[in-house]
Amino acid sequence: MSTTLDAARSPVLEPARTPKTAADRMTALARAELTLLGRNKSTLFTVLLLPAMLTVSMYGTVNSVDLGKQGLNAGTVLLPGSLGFALLFALYSPLVGIYVVRREELVLKRLRTGELHDWEILAGAALPALLIAVAQSALLVVGCSAWLHVPLPRAWWLAVVGLLLGLAVTGALAAATAALTRTAEAAQIAVMPLMLVSTAGSGLIVPTDLLPDKVAMVCDLLPLTPVIQLIRSGWTGGAGAGDVLRELLVVVVWTLIAVLVVRGRFRWEPRR
Amino acid sequence: MAGTANVIEVEELRRTYAGGFEAVSGISFTVARGELFALLGTNGAGKTSTVELLEGLAPPSGGRVRVLGHDPYTERGAVRPRTGVMLQEGGFPAELTVTETVRMWAGCTSGARPVAEALELVDLARRSQVRVKQLSGGEKRRLDLALALLARPEVLFLDEPTTGLDAEGRRETWELVRALRDGGTTVLLTTHYLEEAEALAERLAILHEGRIAASGRVDEVVAAQPSHLSFDLPDGYHLGDLPPLDRLGVTSHETAGRTVRLKTKKLQLAATELLLWARDSGVELRGLDVRSASLEEAFLKIAQDRRGPDAETEAVR
Repeated sequence: MSTTLDAARSPVLEPARTPKTAADRMTALARAELTLLGRNKSTLFTVLLLPAMLTVSMYGTVNSVDLGKQGLNAGTVLLPGSLGFALLFALYSPLVGIYVVRREELVLKRLRTGELHDWEILAGAALPALLIAVAQSALLVVGCSAWLHVPLPRAWWLAVVGLLLGLAVTGALAAATAALTRTAEAAQIAVMPLMLVSTAGSGLIVPTDLLPDKVAMVCDLLPLTPVIQLIRSGWTGGAGAGDVLRELLVVVVWTLIAVLVVRGRFRWEPRR
Repeated sequence: MAGTANVIEVEELRRTYAGGFEAVSGISFTVARGELFALLGTNGAGKTSTVELLEGLAPPSGGRVRVLGHDPYTERGAVRPRTGVMLQEGGFPAELTVTETVRMWAGCTSGARPVAEALELVDLARRSQVRVKQLSGGEKRRLDLALALLARPEVLFLDEPTTGLDAEGRRETWELVRALRDGGTTVLLTTHYLEEAEALAERLAILHEGRIAASGRVDEVVAAQPSHLSFDLPDGYHLGDLPPLDRLGVTSHETAGRTVRLKTKKLQLAATELLLWARDSGVELRGLDVRSASLEEAFLKIAQDRRGPDAETEAVR
């Protein structure tokens, strides 16, 4: 113990302290979260396999719908839909769980005693899920293209913008959901509304264009609908400037709402 | 605030929770550089609520906190790289190993020690590959301490650092905390263990229901407390037969059956006069108990004020 106590006695004022940057801190946190994700088999299954499995299982349903009138086919429906599943199952649902469980474990509180800023904690913890969602989206695009003979995207930039906005709004909504959720058990229920509403109404399976007008109008205002539509436009190339602007506006508004909820309501330690 | 010797300054600090409960009700104290200061109090006295404000985890509801001359809440960036914090309860992901936990924290901490050195410091090197969930309570406390010490902080906040440790773990932690103080670290610790405050602290404040009930150097706090003198009144004698109590420096007295209990600030005088009176009267003072003031007395008295008069005897036993 005496040598270790000497280390404790060493002077506290170190002139050359290597400062850690925000990137250093978030990388360290992300690395730990990635390790933890690797040790959680059920989450790993949801994250890595479920989006592809759901996409394949939807093939029959999508094929039974008459898509020709809208100039669509199974490929241009299922490919954007698969990215929607990736956002929901690889990003949204696991991230809500991560935030809520870390709060219950008092990890968030502990992290706040250090040099990390609040937003770095939220972003660093989200980083592995975000990267997995991106990698998975790339694989799903390649897989769907090969399987369903989807040609190369005609306006690829719309798809990229759609995916990036999708990552932003989904991540923000995950933090907002965690802000409104107290316990890990409750989190399993709390993710359901967005997952169900998005799956049914955001064009993941049935494009909103095929829905009755009034229903479509409401569905177009859901957070993931514009994301899916932007991605689909990347392949169909069929998007007017007005449509794109409206879609951008809807995603940005949802992101802002989520950020405001997080700023106002996010708790960093469990209620006692 | 440049040039000030005070590393921690607290003025009229208040903390009110959302439900309206006021946990900290206007406390003030300062801690000088290199000093070891203890906040002593029973559970619920407001220790953790106070330390969280010093750590910058929440803004105060009123009053002012300065750590190293900065507001720890609004000027986080200026304060955090120079402070180390040990919370009352860990806060580590259960599925990470000890090494992975320290490595993560080191990645977030400017000027962090090497992981191995940090684990040596708290004697956890042998447990480095063990998952956090498999650590004992004491090992978790030591892991927490390792993280608090990672950056060789100038100021160290320790919230009940030895709760859950066995006697040896506690002694080793005390040794480590003393070594850190010797190295110039300013330490603020909370504890509900009297002997911990007495063993480590140069100065302390006793918190009670969100207020400081007593504060100062340990001997000052003790000196402010009266000493006690108790005995059984000999048969046939009454209180009025004793030497005049005010001449003995007695501030108050109480009787229970034949037992007389005196409080005095002049213990030697009171005891001398009383024993001389007994000798001259030719009586024996049965059950004679002469006790000088102690930190324990001070602490128990404060705790007793809340829990009612019966609590004292119970707590002493």
